[in-house]
Amino acid sequence: MPARPAVRGGLHLVTQVVNEICEIFLELGFTRAVGPEAETEWYNFGALNFPADHPAIDAQDSFYLGDGVLLRTHTSPVQIRVMERHTPPIRVVSPGQCYRRDPFDPSHSPVFEQVEGLVVDEGISFVDLKATLSTFARRFFGSETRTRFSPSFFPFTEPSADMQVTCSVCHGSGCPTCKHSGWLEILGAGMVHPAVFEHCRLDPERYTGFAFGMGPHRIAMARHGIPDIRLFFESDVRFLAQFAGPR
Amino acid sequence: MILSRRWLEAMLGRSLDPKDLEHRLSMLGTPVEAIIPHHQDLGDVLVARVLEVKRHPNADRLSLCLVDGGGAPVEVVCGAPNVTAGHTYPYAPVGAVLPGGLKLEKRKIRGVESNGMLCSAKELGLGADHAGIFELATDAAPGTRLLDALPLADDQIVIEVTANRPDLLCHKGVARELGASLSVPFRLVEIPGAAPVPAPERSASASGTVGGVQVRLEDTEGCPRYLAAVIRGVRVGPSPSWLALRLEAVGQRPINNVVDATNYILFEINQPLHAFDLAQLDGPAVVIRRAGVGERIVTLDGVERTLSPDMTAICDARRPTIVAGIMGSATSEVSANTRDLVLECAYFEPRRIRRTRRALGLSSESSYRFERGIDLHGMPEAMRRAIALIQAVAGGELTGPPLDLWPEPTQPRTIFLRPDRVSALLGTPVAREEIERHLSAIGFVTAPKDSRLAVQVPGWRPDVSREVDLVEEVARFMGYDTFPDELKPYRLGTVPDAPAERAKDRVRAALVGAGFYEARTFPLGPADGPDSVPVLNPMSAEEAHLRTRLLPGLIRRVEHNWAAHTRDVRLAEVGTVFRRGDPGTKGPVEWVSVAGVLTGGRRPAHWTEGAKVPDMDIWDLKYHFELAVGVSAPDATVSERGNAWEALAPDGSVVGWAGSLGADAPVWAAPLFGFEVRLEEAAPLPVSYRALPEHPAVERDLALILPAGVTASAVEQRLRRNALLEAVSVFDEYRGPAIPGDQRSVAWHLTFRDPTRTLRDGEVDEILARALKALEDELDVRRRAS
Repeated sequence: MPARPAVRGGLHLVTQVVNEICEIFLELGFTRAVGPEAETEWYNFGALNFPADHPAIDAQDSFYLGDGVLLRTHTSPVQIRVMERHTPPIRVVSPGQCYRRDPFDPSHSPVFEQVEGLVVDEGISFVDLKATLSTFARRFFGSETRTRFSPSFFPFTEPSADMQVTCSVCHGSGCPTCKHSGWLEILGAGMVHPAVFEHCRLDPERYTGFAFGMGPHRIAMARHGIPDIRLFFESDVRFLAQFAGPR
Repeated sequence: MILSRRWLEAMLGRSLDPKDLEHRLSMLGTPVEAIIPHHQDLGDVLVARVLEVKRHPNADRLSLCLVDGGGAPVEVVCGAPNVTAGHTYPYAPVGAVLPGGLKLEKRKIRGVESNGMLCSAKELGLGADHAGIFELATDAAPGTRLLDALPLADDQIVIEVTANRPDLLCHKGVARELGASLSVPFRLVEIPGAAPVPAPERSASASGTVGGVQVRLEDTEGCPRYLAAVIRGVRVGPSPSWLALRLEAVGQRPINNVVDATNYILFEINQPLHAFDLAQLDGPAVVIRRAGVGERIVTLDGVERTLSPDMTAICDARRPTIVAGIMGSATSEVSANTRDLVLECAYFEPRRIRRTRRALGLSSESSYRFERGIDLHGMPEAMRRAIALIQAVAGGELTGPPLDLWPEPTQPRTIFLRPDRVSALLGTPVAREEIERHLSAIGFVTAPKDSRLAVQVPGWRPDVSREVDLVEEVARFMGYDTFPDELKPYRLGTVPDAPAERAKDRVRAALVGAGFYEARTFPLGPADGPDSVPVLNPMSAEEAHLRTRLLPGLIRRVEHNWAAHTRDVRLAEVGTVFRRGDPGTKGPVEWVSVAGVLTGGRRPAHWTEGAKVPDMDIWDLKYHFELAVGVSAPDATVSERGNAWEALAPDGSVVGWAGSLGADAPVWAAPLFGFEVRLEEAAPLPVSYRALPEHPAVERDLALILPAGVTASAVEQRLRRNALLEAVSVFDEYRGPAIPGDQRSVAWHLTFRDPTRTLRDGEVDEILARALKALEDELDVRRRAS
């Protein structure tokens, strides 16, 4: 006969993924840093080297609250806040909620979670970026995981990169999750742009660093085969229970 | 951006494998979104000559053609009026499969057997024209595959171009990158029938005359450089097939030879051009100026638009004819009747174009490019090539060299690059020669300068403005995959782990442990209080405010679960809430709130209990509220307030609330309860150990009569004044006939213990007597007569 069950709860899958990401970085010597969700245009764009009236801002269509304040479109403003308050060495990850004025569809939500990271010290190079993020990928997706870096564009990093990992579903042979490419794009990264250091009154000749950012919703969807991002917001107990661990 | 593989191949002088192309471009930072085979589904179609055309015996509108498709001549029934003996047409023999999957079979049409089909352009997916069959201009022998006779089969390479790389919005820019990657040179494709064009004449002033047209550049801020040419006597008509095919291959519909020529230049070298009808110009004059207040123009899309002085307009002597860089007017556009035209080749200031485009809600291929920045220094060559192309396809006479107005010329940018900085930033040694090789392969001009390199930035790379931008160029062409990725020792950071995140972890763990599923609700919704913060540009009226509380969103989520027939729901959320900031402060106030909702059975049902369990009530709510307060706001105390509870901070402010909730509930739903507490970041102090007891306890039960308004906690507070009272708990409450009025009886179980010695019963009796005296004096509480 069946056992007597107890009341059971569980963390939201996005929280679980955020925690997993942060824990790996905590093992790599990072700490967590956070900042406000209602940000000034300066922290969200200006200090991050987005030129005013530049098409780069279009990709991050914002909700405005007035008075030069908007809902942050990424957790990158935390980079600025950390560099203003603390002296290097800096090794932080910043999880948090972000907002972009994109209509809901199966893979986009106007509200989404992001985990950003920042490393600043003397002598940090592109090799450190690749090494740290590849280590993270192997810890998160499994030791067999391979990574691939390609050039990209973010105003606040130069050089900028996208990191792809071998698909966690098919391990590189091609499947619907990776659109038959064998690769999943999971994060953007780059060496901190000297203009960003200058905005934080750090000397770019002395300090170098790298930053990266990833979307836990996307990662959770890819890893768990979730077809629609809206499921994360519906809070259907039947959905939440699936990720609450063994009964 | 759609690229034609064939076009790139023509520039690079070699064939390209689409898969290799995709990989190379991605690894250079230009992801390929799709590779779409173009016209490759025409492999079964042959070139055929019609030898003889006869009337169909049973139908006036049909003809019977004797067709040479390479083998023995066959009879084909044809419905097209234009079929002519001796001419060449595309022919689909029996067995051929056409675009869309139609497989041709031998069949009788009005009693006569037809061996396949002569095809129209539409049937082949080559255009909209289906009135007549598609006459081919080819010398290919009958029986040749159509794809071998005409340059039709292609691949459309759809690339994603980042906002910093306007140079990749054309075939030349992509060919330059591919050429560097493949180590082959590239060149522009020769224009058939092109004649030399004189170089534009630079004018140091802001005005000049070309072909009898006065050109005046007044708004040099919005338009730093303006080139104009006048071509007289053009014949506007259809483009030659090579030009039409090029445009068709990149998804553009051919319009007429002049417009097609300007579009070709756009997709070839990323120079937007505008050709307009000279006869429609008042003056004739071309004036580049700020628009006047309220000046109006009907743009090519037929919409009347009102301009303002922060927009640049191209005007004739009287009125605007073009919204600069964005769209022309219907009247000035080149039409079939145009004989003489003005050709504009301009650089418009990117921010100006962007603001105008947004203000008018009007964008175009041109505005997209101007907004990202075109090649300011490449304009004279672009102009010459455009003129050569127009003359080659539409004829016409150039009336003198083009005019080049550039009142404040600028030099190409020079950046100094330190080779050791490249090595330091990339973390691996990079030789100076390698740096020079990579940079010069994509058009940067390098020269040694002390220990550095002086690098001249080509005009098509407005994104390259600092040393670090050159480092990225070197890294791109070295290949990101060539750098090692071995983890090196690192120094720990100076930033402490965020207390706010640690607090969230604690409260989430406590609530999940108590049986809640964590919810993440949508933070935008309707206004949920007088202080709620409106979003200025919401996506919908229902999502126009930031939440001030989590509970309303959680209630909606419970309703969602009820709609799915789930009766037992416990959801908790830890999330940011916002309220309007105080006057004089910038932006809203935000903090982290903790909330939970609970409804349904107290625990999962089990067969031993007949699958019946009681529903949760306010006492379950109070337990969870106290738990949430204990972990979220440890300094706060919970007290009753009406039918609900509040958590009060030491300063008396309300930091939490718990009570029954109203909701749109189905009849079978259990009562719904909820709580919300403001999360404190401060970490709890470490717990100090208390020695475990070594002496026995004395236990007593105590039933008291409480007058209306006296709470159990007030009683407990007084009982606890005695230090020997170790534990106290209520085990019964009674209201009824045995108790008068609105009084009630509450029974406690008390545990007394002295940690240092064994307590005697008599001592406990004395303690109780004193406590009862105090309760009677202070609260009018008396012992219930047994």
